[in-house]
Amino acid sequence: AHYKLAKPENLSMGARPLSLSGHVGFDSLPDQLVNKSICQGFCFNILCIGETGIGKSTLMDTLFNTNFENFESSHFEPQVKLRAQTYDLQESNVRLRLTVVNTVGFGDQMNKQESYQPVVDYIDRQFESYLQEELKIKRSLHNYHDSRVHACLYFISPSGHSLKSLDLVTMKKLDSKVNIIPVIAKADTISKSELHKFKIKIMSELVSNGVQIYQFPLDDETVAKVNTSMNGHLPFAVVGSTEEVSVGNKMVKARQYPWGIVQVENENHCDFMKLREMLICVNMEDLREQTHTRHYELYRRCKLEEMGFKDTDPECKPVSLQQTYEAKRQEFLEELQRREDEMRQMFVLRVKEKEAELKDAERELQSRFEQLKRLHADEKAALEEKKRLLEDDQSSFGKRRAAAQLLQAQSLTANGKKDKDRKKYVHVDTKAAVSSEQ
Amino acid sequence: SSIHCIRGTDLFGYIGIEAVLDQMRCKTMKAGFEFNIMVVGQSGLGKSTLVNTLFKSKVSRKSCAPDYEEKISKTVKLHSVSHLIEEKGVKMKLTVIDTPGFGDQINNDNCWEPIVKYVNEQYEKYLREELHINRKRRIPDTRVHCCIYFIPATGHRLRPIDVEFMKRLGKIVSIVPVIAKADTLTIEERQEFKERIRQDLAANGIHVYPQREYDEDPEERILNNRIRENIPFAVVGTDKEHQVNGNKVLGRKTKWGIIEVENVAHCEFANLRDLLIRSHLQDLKDVTHNIHYETYRVRRLNESNLNFSELGLSAVPLENGTADKCESDSHL
Repeated sequence: AHYKLAKPENLSMGARPLSLSGHVGFDSLPDQLVNKSICQGFCFNILCIGETGIGKSTLMDTLFNTNFENFESSHFEPQVKLRAQTYDLQESNVRLRLTVVNTVGFGDQMNKQESYQPVVDYIDRQFESYLQEELKIKRSLHNYHDSRVHACLYFISPSGHSLKSLDLVTMKKLDSKVNIIPVIAKADTISKSELHKFKIKIMSELVSNGVQIYQFPLDDETVAKVNTSMNGHLPFAVVGSTEEVSVGNKMVKARQYPWGIVQVENENHCDFMKLREMLICVNMEDLREQTHTRHYELYRRCKLEEMGFKDTDPECKPVSLQQTYEAKRQEFLEELQRREDEMRQMFVLRVKEKEAELKDAERELQSRFEQLKRLHADEKAALEEKKRLLEDDQSSFGKRRAAAQLLQAQSLTANGKKDKDRKKYVHVDTKAAVSSEQ
Repeated sequence: SSIHCIRGTDLFGYIGIEAVLDQMRCKTMKAGFEFNIMVVGQSGLGKSTLVNTLFKSKVSRKSCAPDYEEKISKTVKLHSVSHLIEEKGVKMKLTVIDTPGFGDQINNDNCWEPIVKYVNEQYEKYLREELHINRKRRIPDTRVHCCIYFIPATGHRLRPIDVEFMKRLGKIVSIVPVIAKADTLTIEERQEFKERIRQDLAANGIHVYPQREYDEDPEERILNNRIRENIPFAVVGTDKEHQVNGNKVLGRKTKWGIIEVENVAHCEFANLRDLLIRSHLQDLKDVTHNIHYETYRVRRLNESNLNFSELGLSAVPLENGTADKCESDSHL
C-alpha cells in the first residue's frame, strides 16, 4: 500500500481536537494496515554500483544470508550493462520481493565518460514504467510490482586515498534520482587509522562536490539516536563473506588470512552489521518512502513539464488539464500528419525514380534487340547472296556439262573409226573443258 | 527476468526483514489517519447518537439538541464536521457528514441527488490534486469511506426510498445499512426483518459493504460471508450510562428494563462497531481508494478524452480501457 505521509499539523487542519470517553478501538488501525501489507507482501530493490570484482555479489549474499545466482563477469565488457534478478524471500510472516541490480563492466572501459548513462537510464526506466501505470485509464497500482530502485549501494575502491573522478561523476548524476549509500568495499585491506582518514576524505569530497547522499532520517524519536550515530560512520567499510570459519567455539562468517581472521559480523572488524542494521532493520520503509515521495515525484514533475503540462499559466491562473492536453494532442497529431505526408512524398519520389530506372532499362533492351535483329538480317542477306552465287555456278556448270555431252554424242555418230581418236580427242577436250571451267 | 523463490529455510540466518512491519507501524502512527463517514436517514432515527456512541464523543451534533438552529430545509443539505481524536498514540481525523433533510420532505423525489453530487465532488477534488504536476506530499482525503444508511425499524420490508437510495449510492460508495432504533423489535421480529431486507437487496441488485466481488482471498471471503449473513445490524445508540450489576454500562433506561447498547444479546451495536472500526476500517478506505475512486477516475478520464498514452509517453505502447467519446465538454 502506498500511503503518503504528512506532518501531523496538516492532518489537524480544520479539525477540532476531541477527547474520548471510552475505548473506541481505532488504535488497531496501524495493525490493520500492517496486516494488509503482510498479505500483499513488500518490494525492495537494491542497485549495486561498483567495479568488476569489488565484491557486490558477495556482499548481497552476506546481507541476505543466502546464495543468490552469481555470474562472474569478464573485464572486457564493451559497455556498462545492468543485470537485475528478483527473489521472493520469506522471514516468519513477511514476504519480501527483493530485486538486486548489479552493474556489469562498470569501470572496465578505457573511456568511462558514458559509464554512468546506463545506470541513469535504468533508474529512469523504472520511474517511467510506474508513471505509465499511474497515467493509464484502467490501472492497478496496488497490484503493481514496484521496480523502482529504493537504495543504491555505491562501492568505493579501498585505495585509501580519495574518490575516483568516475565515482564523483556517477554519484553526482544519481543523487537526485536515488538514495545513495556509499560503502567502502573490501575494507579488510585498509588499516584502522588509514580507514578513518579515508572516510573523512571521502565525506569531505562528497560535500565539496555537492553530492547528496542518503541521510538516515532523524525526525522519528525512536530511531533518531541510532540514525544520528550511523550517519557519522558513513561511508560504511564492509567486508563480505559467506564462508564460515571457526572462532572460539562458534562458526562465524569470516575471511581467513595467515595473519588472522576478519569476522564479518564483528563490529570491531568492519561496519557490515551497521549496514545491515541501517539498510534493513531500521530504514527500509523510509528508503521506500523517500523513493516514492521525493525521487519519483521529481521524475514525474520533470517528465510532465517536459511534455508541456503546467499547473498554472504565465499569469498564474490554474490551467485546465484538458486544455493543455488538447493542445498537446493537437500538436502531436499535427506532427504525426506531417511525418505521414513526408513519408508519402518520399514514397512517391522513390516510385518515380524506380519507374525512370525501369524505363531506361526497357529502352536499352529494345535497342539491343533492334541491333541483334539488324545483325541477323545482314547475315541472312549475305548468306542469300552466297546461295545465289553457288546456284549460278551450279547452273552454268550444268549447262556446260550438257553442252559437252552433246558434242560427245554428235562426234560418235559422225565418224565410226575416227571415233576412237575423236573420242580420245573429245575426251581430252572434255577434260580440258572441265578443267578450264574449274 | 525470472523470479526465484527463496524460502525461510534457505536463508542461513536471521536477517531482520520483519522489522519493516514496526517501521511501517511507526510511520503511520506518526502521520495519522483520516476517516470520513456519512450518515443518511430521515430525521429522528438516531443518526448523531449512533455516531457519537461509536466514537464515544460528541462528533456529531444532535438535531434535537436545544441549540440546534437549522430549520428543515427544502432540500438535502450536507453538513460535515471534522474532529481530531486520539487513542493510544493513534491520531485520527474523523469527519462526519450529515445529511439533514433526507427523506423528510413530502416529495422525496431525487433526494439522493445532492448526496451523489457530494460523493462525486470529493472524488473530483482528489483526482484534480492527483493530476497536478506539483502534488502535495499527502493528498487530503475527503472521500466518503463509508455511508451508514438508517432503515427505520418498521419490521416490514425496504421502502421505495431505501431501494432507490441504496441502488444509486451503492455503485459509488460503500454502504453499511443499519436498522435504527432497533429496541422496538423483538429478536424474532428482528431476524425476519433482516431476512426480508436481505431478500429485497438481492432482488434489486444492491451490493452493500462488504461487497462480495471485492473479497481478495478465500480467508477474507469466509470472514465476510459471516458478516453478509448478519447485515443489516440492528442498532441502538445512546450516550447515557447506567449501573447494571455494579458496572457502568452504556444503555437506554426504560420502564421495562435497561437496553445495554454494548451487550450483543440486546442489540448489534458492538458488531457494527467492530466491523466499522476495529476490523474493517482500513478495508473501507482501501475499497474506496482502489475501487470506487478508480471507477470514477476511469469514467472521468474517458469523458474528457484524456488518454495520455496517445501522447507517446514512451516507446512502449500502453493498454487501457476504451475511450467513450462523450459529447459533453468537461473541464478537468
